[in-house]
Amino acid sequence: MSGSERMPEVKQEPQAPLLPGVVAVALSTAYLIALLAVEKQPLVIGLLAFGIVAVLAAHYMDWLDPVSRSFAEREGMLSAYAILAACVVAAFFHDNHFVLLLFVTVLLYAVATLGLNIEFGYAGVLNFAGASFFGIGAYTSAVLNTYTAVPHLLVLLIGGTLAALIGSLLLLPVLRTRGHYAALVTIAFALLLKTFLEVNDVLGGPQGMQVKGMSILGWSFNDNFEIGKIEMSFYLNYFVISMLLLCGTFVLVRRLERSWIGLNLDAIRLDETAASCFGLDIARWKITAFVLGNFVIGLAGALFGMVGGFVAPNNYTFADSLIMVSILLLGGIGNPWGVVVATFIVVVLPEKLQTIQEYRFLLYALIVIVVLLFRPEGLLPRPVRRYFPGGRA
Amino acid sequence: MDVGLLSQYIMNGLMLGMMYTLVAVGFTLFFGVLDIIKFSHGDVLTVGAFTGLATYIGLRSVGVSSTPLLLLAVLVVAILAMAALGMLIARYLVLPLRSAPALNTLLITLMLGTVLREMVRLFYPQGANPKPFPALLPTDSINLGQFNLRLDNAIMLATGVAIIVGLRLLLNRTKLGLAIRAVAQDEETARTMGINFTAIVLITFAIGSALAAIGGVMNGLYYNEINFGMGLLLGVIGFSAAIIGGLGSIYGAILGGFLFAALQTIGAVALPFASAYKDVFAFTVVIALMAWRPTGLIQEKISERV
Repeated sequence: MSGSERMPEVKQEPQAPLLPGVVAVALSTAYLIALLAVEKQPLVIGLLAFGIVAVLAAHYMDWLDPVSRSFAEREGMLSAYAILAACVVAAFFHDNHFVLLLFVTVLLYAVATLGLNIEFGYAGVLNFAGASFFGIGAYTSAVLNTYTAVPHLLVLLIGGTLAALIGSLLLLPVLRTRGHYAALVTIAFALLLKTFLEVNDVLGGPQGMQVKGMSILGWSFNDNFEIGKIEMSFYLNYFVISMLLLCGTFVLVRRLERSWIGLNLDAIRLDETAASCFGLDIARWKITAFVLGNFVIGLAGALFGMVGGFVAPNNYTFADSLIMVSILLLGGIGNPWGVVVATFIVVVLPEKLQTIQEYRFLLYALIVIVVLLFRPEGLLPRPVRRYFPGGRA
Repeated sequence: MDVGLLSQYIMNGLMLGMMYTLVAVGFTLFFGVLDIIKFSHGDVLTVGAFTGLATYIGLRSVGVSSTPLLLLAVLVVAILAMAALGMLIARYLVLPLRSAPALNTLLITLMLGTVLREMVRLFYPQGANPKPFPALLPTDSINLGQFNLRLDNAIMLATGVAIIVGLRLLLNRTKLGLAIRAVAQDEETARTMGINFTAIVLITFAIGSALAAIGGVMNGLYYNEINFGMGLLLGVIGFSAAIIGGLGSIYGAILGGFLFAALQTIGAVALPFASAYKDVFAFTVVIALMAWRPTGLIQEKISERV
């Protein structure tokens, strides 16, 4: 009796409430719909300014804290809400080709950047050829859809596998080098691949190739369809499959991060010497991360080729790889939520603000420089590792 | 293949090699003093070439028509402007990130390169199109049998050699060179010996960027055309050259520069498939060389850096 009185009581803090997260998701959804719906430039600029001011205000009022806590602790529930939100946005624009294409682009870029995140963010393997692996996937679907009758879902897998295989040609130099040297290898590869695609006549040269749209079991993705009496844009098909892909990748990345594999990758990134002293096989984990990351990027690329219906070397340049890296840095290296948010910002912004379309590379480069100088951990920094889902870090 | 054509190719390779070497030496210098890679180096070269072109156009429009004077002005303005740009980059982007992970420096200079490239494309009048670069050197040629030696190429090659030799002397024979080498070897010891670290870093960046400016003007004079994207490829090639040779060694940079040019020339001439693949071939060899000798052909004595 007296013993139990003297025992210091383990204070069980209550779980963070779900509400702030739900409110944040709902508000962002409404904002996104508004932003995607307006066309007039002054309105777009006004909305963007409003968004920035609102986020800053929320930051200074300390309203973001409960949101991030509820995201950290109720992730599963809130992920479901986020998927629901994405579906609401897609349903709202169900007959609008342009917006849906934009949305699908965001989703697939998010998938690709998540792949890059495995290499860059967890294992610390530099890869400045993200767009090249994306391009390998896209060209795979272009070639296979044109010349063969391989089922299209299989084409996606082949795209990813091919990206991983071609990427593994770089494994030896990437493993034997570090830092700047590894960066050079991937940059050289990015330039090499683009030049190769440009001069290779079989793959269409600089003009590129057409890609046939996807069709699964006779359901052609490139036809509009009707639900009841409502006409639906054919991009809704692609939205569904891209969303599935994104969810799958997100779960994979999240599980990977939380597992002992993620722990190993983190250890290797932070201190290779120490990690190998603890018996971790550096080469093995770097290979795992690099191959898996490239597979995911290639998968997204293969689907993106079919969505866009067209591939050309100019879409997969070194500058595009840098955009992927910018997304990663802007969002916060290693944080999948950050990747998704940053992809929205980076992809949607230039499409809505036509005046900056021309200046987008310049703008992103400047943004990344500012981020690196003043907030090197990104907009949504990666939280401390959580060993038990839902528990305290 | 006849001798004339062969020597033409060799001359071509030597010119390319000289330009690559000028870029590669810059990389080696920066790496020496700060252990960083400045990826914007190639784009500094582009800006240098465009500065030179703008100077030329400006002087022509105010009525200067003496070619030697124009050439001198183009070179001096480009060199001074790029030296200043190099110092600014070092002072405001590279030095503040000294304590951050090396990745951040790499990224910030990569992005700075994009900024410079895009600024030239967007803000130079019609910067997206290739620009003709004036021929400021005598273009007479001397016939040596079947071989046609163009005077401007010979002058550029000689200038390049003179610059490299001059740099070598600067590094080995002067007090400034001693300070640069001291900083490269051990920053803290150099500081305790009374060397002003920041000043030395800034001067090194100025020298390296000035070399890039010369490389840019040389590129313009050689091809009679410049474009906003030329720096990206030249930067990557220069970096590859510096790495193949072995970072931190001037001789390595020279070796790497000429080796890369040789690879490209061989790729264009001797390989059975189309010459369009010459860059593909050259980069494939670079990647292979990295796999074989990750620290370059001339290895550093202490190779903690890889």
